[in-house]
Amino acid sequence: MCRFNRIYQEGSGKKVAGALTDNGFVTVENGSPSAMVRLHGDWTIDNAVDIDSAMPGVVAACKAGAVVDCSAIGSLDTTGAVLIRRYCAAIEEAGAAVLTGVLAAHKTLLDVITCCPPPAATEPDHAPWYLLPLLQAGEATMRALRSSARLLGFLGLVLMRLFGSLFDMGRVRLVPVIHQMEVVGLQSMGIVGLISFLIGAVMVNQGAIQLARFGADIFVIDMLGIGHLRELGILLTAIIIAGRSGSAFTAQIGSMVLHEEVDAMKTLGMNPIDVLVLPRLVALVVCLPLLAFYADIVGIAGGALMAWIQLDITPANFLTYFREVISIDHYWVGIIKAPFFAAVIATTGCYHGLRVHGSADALGMRTTRSVVQSIFLVIVLDALFAIFFTSVGL
Amino acid sequence: MVKVRGLKTAFGPHVVHDGLDLDVKRGEILGVVGGSGTGKSVLLKAIIGLLKPEAGTIEINGQDRAAMTDEEDRLSRRDWGVLFQDGALFSSLTVGQNIQVPLREHFHMSHSLMKDLALSKLQMAGLSLDTAAKFPSDLSGGMRKRAALARSLALDPDLLFLDEPTAGLDPIGAAAFDELVQELSRSLGLTVFLVTHDLDTLVRVCDRIAVLGDKKILINAPLKEVMAYDHPWVQEYFHGPRARAAGAQD
Repeated sequence: MCRFNRIYQEGSGKKVAGALTDNGFVTVENGSPSAMVRLHGDWTIDNAVDIDSAMPGVVAACKAGAVVDCSAIGSLDTTGAVLIRRYCAAIEEAGAAVLTGVLAAHKTLLDVITCCPPPAATEPDHAPWYLLPLLQAGEATMRALRSSARLLGFLGLVLMRLFGSLFDMGRVRLVPVIHQMEVVGLQSMGIVGLISFLIGAVMVNQGAIQLARFGADIFVIDMLGIGHLRELGILLTAIIIAGRSGSAFTAQIGSMVLHEEVDAMKTLGMNPIDVLVLPRLVALVVCLPLLAFYADIVGIAGGALMAWIQLDITPANFLTYFREVISIDHYWVGIIKAPFFAAVIATTGCYHGLRVHGSADALGMRTTRSVVQSIFLVIVLDALFAIFFTSVGL
Repeated sequence: MVKVRGLKTAFGPHVVHDGLDLDVKRGEILGVVGGSGTGKSVLLKAIIGLLKPEAGTIEINGQDRAAMTDEEDRLSRRDWGVLFQDGALFSSLTVGQNIQVPLREHFHMSHSLMKDLALSKLQMAGLSLDTAAKFPSDLSGGMRKRAALARSLALDPDLLFLDEPTAGLDPIGAAAFDELVQELSRSLGLTVFLVTHDLDTLVRVCDRIAVLGDKKILINAPLKEVMAYDHPWVQEYFHGPRARAAGAQD
C-alpha cells in the first residue's frame, strides 16, 4: 500500500490549481470544456476495492464529460481494464469520455476488454418478496399433487411389469433379488432387533409403573401383546427400513441416473423398471413381513425380560398368560400390513431415484424427500388399516 | 515460473514419479504429454498442492510450496488458476455466481463490480452474457469448459493450469478452445501449463512440450526437437497415423 501512497504524494505535489478530487489512483483536474481524469498507480485486482469505491466522487466531478488519461498507470490486469471501462461508462452518462495516453503494454488488455459489459443477470430471476410466500405455497401444492399423481402412475407401471413378468419368467432377475434380500433383509436384522427389543422392554417398564397404581400391572402383558403385535412392531420396522433402505434405493438409482447409466441401460434394451425397481420391490415385499415377524418375537422377548426383572413374572408364566389373552388375530393384523408398507417404501425410493435430474444437489434433495414421503405414506396407510380393521371388527 | 526438482510421488508401494525435474518459463505454453498411467494428472495435482509429494521441491514464482505457511499458501493461490477436466463448476450455483466465488472469497468488492468482472470474464471466455444466469447442468460440455476457464481467470492469475482442456470436445469446439487459450495467453501474458492427449493442441498451441515417461520428464523442448528424440514411445506418438493427420510431420 505504501507504494501507492508515494505515487499519490507525487501526484498531489504536481497537482495543478484546478484539481478537484484525487485519491491514490485517480486525480481529477478542472479543464474546459471537460475535466481531465488522470489514472495512476497499479490498476490490479489487489487495489480493485479502493479504485471502485472512489468512483462515485470522480464521476460527480465530471459533469460535462472527461478526458481519461491512462499514461501514468503502473501495471494493469483485466480487472483494472474492466474498472477503466466502468469509469468511462459512468462518466459517459454525463457527457463524452475520451481515453488517451494508453501505453503500448496496456493496449492489448484494453482491446480484450472493449467496453463495460452490458447488464445481464448473473442469478436466476426472483419474484418480489411479498408474492414469495403465496408463490411458494401454490408451487408446493401443485408439486405435491403432481408428485402424488406421478407416484401413483409409477406404481401402476411397476405393477404392470411385475404381473407381466409372472407370465414371462425369463424377465425375472433372481440374482439381484437375492442380493437385495441380503442387503435390505439380512443386514438390517441387527438394528431392527435392537430397536424392537428396547421398545418392548420400555413399554413393559413404563406400562407397569402406570398400571401398578390400579393394581393392574399384570395387564401390561395384554398391552405389550396388542400394542406390539398390531402396531408398533411393524410400524417401527417399516420406518427403520424406509430410512435405511428407501434412502439407499434413491441414492443408488439416482447416482446411476446422473452418470447416464440408466440411459445406457435403455439403449441396451434393458427396461430400468425390470432391472432396478422390480428386484428391490420383490426383495422388500418378501423381507419386510419376515423382519416384522422377527421384530414381534424380539420385542416380546424384551418385554418378557423386563417383566421378569421388574414384576417377577417368570418367562414361563409370561408365556402361559400371553397365550391365554392374546389371540392370533392381533399377529395377523400386524403382519398383513407388511407387504403393503414394503411396496410403498420400495416404490417411493425407486421413484425418487429415477426422478433425479441435473446435479448432486438434486440427488440429496430427492433422497431426503424419498425418506420423508415414504415414512409419511407408511403412517397414513397404517391409519387407514386401523380404520379398516376396526370396522370389520378385528 | 514453476520449478520442480527431484519430485517423487507414490501411492503406497506404487511409485509414479521418481526424481522428476521440470521448468515452466514465464509466458510460455507448456504441453505435458505421456501415455496413460504415466502420471500426468498426478504431476498437476502435486504442483497445485492437492497431493503431497514424498520428496522433492516445487517452486511457483520462486516460493517453495513446502515451506509456506497456511496463510501464504492461501494468498499464493490468487496467482494461479486451475481448469479441471470436467470443469468442476459448483452445480448449485449459476455460472455468474461460480465466477464470483473466488472474488467473494478473497476480496470485499461491491456487488456491481463483481457482476461486471464476472460478465467480462465470461466475454473473454467467448460465452454469451445470458449464460451467466444459467446453471452448469444446463450447459453443453464445451460451454462448461469455457465457463470453468472464466472462473479460473477470475483472480487475474499469471499462471493457468489446464487438465485435458479439449477432452470430450468435438474437433471444431476443441480447435476454438485451443485458439481461445492461445489468444488469452498472448493478450494477458499468461503462462499456461497444459496436460493433454490432443495432438492438435500440442502442434498448434504449445511453445514447448514435456514428455512424461519412465517416472520422469524424458524431454522438455519445442516440438521439432521432441519429434527427433530417440525413445520408442515418443517416436510412436509423434510419428503415428494420428500425428500425421494433425500435421506434426510437416
